[in-house]
Amino acid sequence: MRNSVADVALPVVALVAALLLFGLFVWLGGVSPIETWVLLFKGAFGDWFSWQNTLQRAAPLMLTALCVALPARAGLVIIGGEGALVLGGLAAAALPYGVALPGNVVGSALVCIAGMAAGAAWIALAGALRQYRGVNETISSLLLSYTAIAIFKQLVEGPLRDPATLNKPSTRALAEGLRIGGIAGYDVHWGLVLGVVACVGLGLWLALTARGFSVRVVGGNPRTAQLVGLPANRLILLACALGGACAGLAGAVEVAAVHTNANASLIAGYGYAGILVAFIARQNPIAIIPVAILFGGFGAAGSLLQRRLGLPDASVQVLQGIAFVLILASEAMRDLDWRAIGQRLRLPSGPAEVQMALGENVA
Amino acid sequence: MPHDLDASRRRALAQISAASLAALSPWALRSALAQGSLTMGVIYVGPKDDFGYNQAQAAAAAEMKKIPGVKVVEEENVPETAAVTKSMTGMIAQDGAKLLFPTSFGYFDPYMLALAAKEPGVRFSHCGGMWTEGKHPKNTGSYFGYIDECQYLNGVVAGHMSKSKRLGFVAAKPIPQVLRNINAFTMGARSVDPKITTTVIFTGEWSMPVKEAEATNSLADQGIDVFTMHVDSPKVIVETAAKRGKMVCGYHVSQAKLAPNAYLTGAEWNWTTAYKTIVDAAFAGKPHPNFLRGGLKEGYVKMSPYGAMVVEPAKKQADDIKAKMIAGNFEIFNGPLKDNKGATVIPAGKTMKQTDVELEKMNYLVEGVVGSV
Repeated sequence: MRNSVADVALPVVALVAALLLFGLFVWLGGVSPIETWVLLFKGAFGDWFSWQNTLQRAAPLMLTALCVALPARAGLVIIGGEGALVLGGLAAAALPYGVALPGNVVGSALVCIAGMAAGAAWIALAGALRQYRGVNETISSLLLSYTAIAIFKQLVEGPLRDPATLNKPSTRALAEGLRIGGIAGYDVHWGLVLGVVACVGLGLWLALTARGFSVRVVGGNPRTAQLVGLPANRLILLACALGGACAGLAGAVEVAAVHTNANASLIAGYGYAGILVAFIARQNPIAIIPVAILFGGFGAAGSLLQRRLGLPDASVQVLQGIAFVLILASEAMRDLDWRAIGQRLRLPSGPAEVQMALGENVA
Repeated sequence: MPHDLDASRRRALAQISAASLAALSPWALRSALAQGSLTMGVIYVGPKDDFGYNQAQAAAAAEMKKIPGVKVVEEENVPETAAVTKSMTGMIAQDGAKLLFPTSFGYFDPYMLALAAKEPGVRFSHCGGMWTEGKHPKNTGSYFGYIDECQYLNGVVAGHMSKSKRLGFVAAKPIPQVLRNINAFTMGARSVDPKITTTVIFTGEWSMPVKEAEATNSLADQGIDVFTMHVDSPKVIVETAAKRGKMVCGYHVSQAKLAPNAYLTGAEWNWTTAYKTIVDAAFAGKPHPNFLRGGLKEGYVKMSPYGAMVVEPAKKQADDIKAKMIAGNFEIFNGPLKDNKGATVIPAGKTMKQTDVELEKMNYLVEGVVGSV
């Protein structure tokens, strides 16, 4: 249980330290740190309005973070979630061009499934390139996402373009019945529920099922996995496809709930932000939920900070940067043996011992 | 530093007490209303100091801050996603804004239109959208300027200054607003010398500094000696062209500061005119101006002052045409006009007025432009 205490305590301490440092930063710029802290809290979590703001910003990040976390558990560093997202959005918008969809929940579900299939195929492609052709998946997934964006633009500005969209090339809008609305009349749409369900579901899948365990074994040591007879290639492709499906779903939800059609604004960097979220969450699907909410909170708070204090947008990015560097740095303190450190501080130690302790830390 | 801290704490206390006094005494409130007070929100898609599109809007917002009773809240770097809906609702709910300026093209549909339907008490003014009577809510509207007039004048000056007779245009996307500028610039230059051509490169993005620099360098390599552009932030193009020893005509705002020895003149927005009209109407409780358009004559656009190197004949011809434009007897798009594939796009004898909405659907490049849509 000591570990789970550290799991929560370390990021919280890092976050508090980041807020203190940010206070110092704005104070040097002549802005009251107290006022800044109050506004940060108010903007992100102060009332129901702020919560909606935060949650809505968090929703797509949960899904794109899964596109990094799942392959990571199978031992792959995939950073091309942006490509899966835009192709997912494109597939969602393109589906009604090909088939007549019922204007109800079934139709919306089909639109989402189209997005998931496109995203799954794209990330599985990066996984396959690595497993069968030995191509580094980090590079290939990143390059594939540029390819995906190029394909997206080519189709949106070409064959799929709605001729009525003059100055902003877009596909035809989804029919009213296919769109995803807000939850119980609030601004927050169902994409949030999909994100939370995906995070929890996939987290449990990894933790509790035999297949999920196999994926983790492959991620831990692929050679061992093969020795015990696990189909490593298939499991890796599965993890990639599941991750890609999540990012594709994020794209489909953005189209069906926010943009109403596919256009270049879909390329908003959610895929890249998801990389950060996944790494902060240490590739743990369930931890992605609070991290994505924190990220959404920074966005919502940054909005209020700009409006009230006239701070530039960059200042919130500074806070975000400090916070994430400190959270990642705090990981280095996870394996410290606090009891031993306490003892060493009490007992003056010889140089040999210090050497050893340093060696241990490096290891 | 502690002084600053004290000062801001005092300021905060003063604000709090003022606010509570206002809440307590109806007289204070009523007099505030009588004098008129208005909170307006302005949302930018990029940084406010981008030497381009967003800075032009921010300059007008800064002018509005000077009007007594007007409070301006601003937010920059807001993407065309759910984020802009949140920024707008935040301005309404948290800051009490009654007038919003979502300035980027992609904010219009669906974000602004959807929110406006839910917030009938708030006025929305969008830059560049096609507000249509009967189709869009009455509390929304759009403003835009005929900046192609300034691009025509840019072209006249560029035509006089170019030695190679080859001009360069770095453009974002082949959409009507951009094509109209490329065409006007080219026609302006060819009014000086019909041998002049404009080579256009589309980067595909509103803001992609790397590609813009590459495009500028590659055009410079081809022997082009005067540049202009239509991207969100002309900064990189102006600086790169100047570094290569070429000349530039600016866009959006004046970039003269960035390259005083290369900057000939430029096509600038003057959004203060539109903002003032809209804010005045809101103050007076008059109907919301739904569709505002204007050119040089109406003061929606203006030219940057000429650079020291601009020769007299260039200034004279440009000033003469400008005077005609302001007097209302100069139209840019007259028949017969051919596109660069040889097809006639405006038949002989036909003149298209600037206000003609057909021009807002332009989908061709005129004769003399090297490039394709």
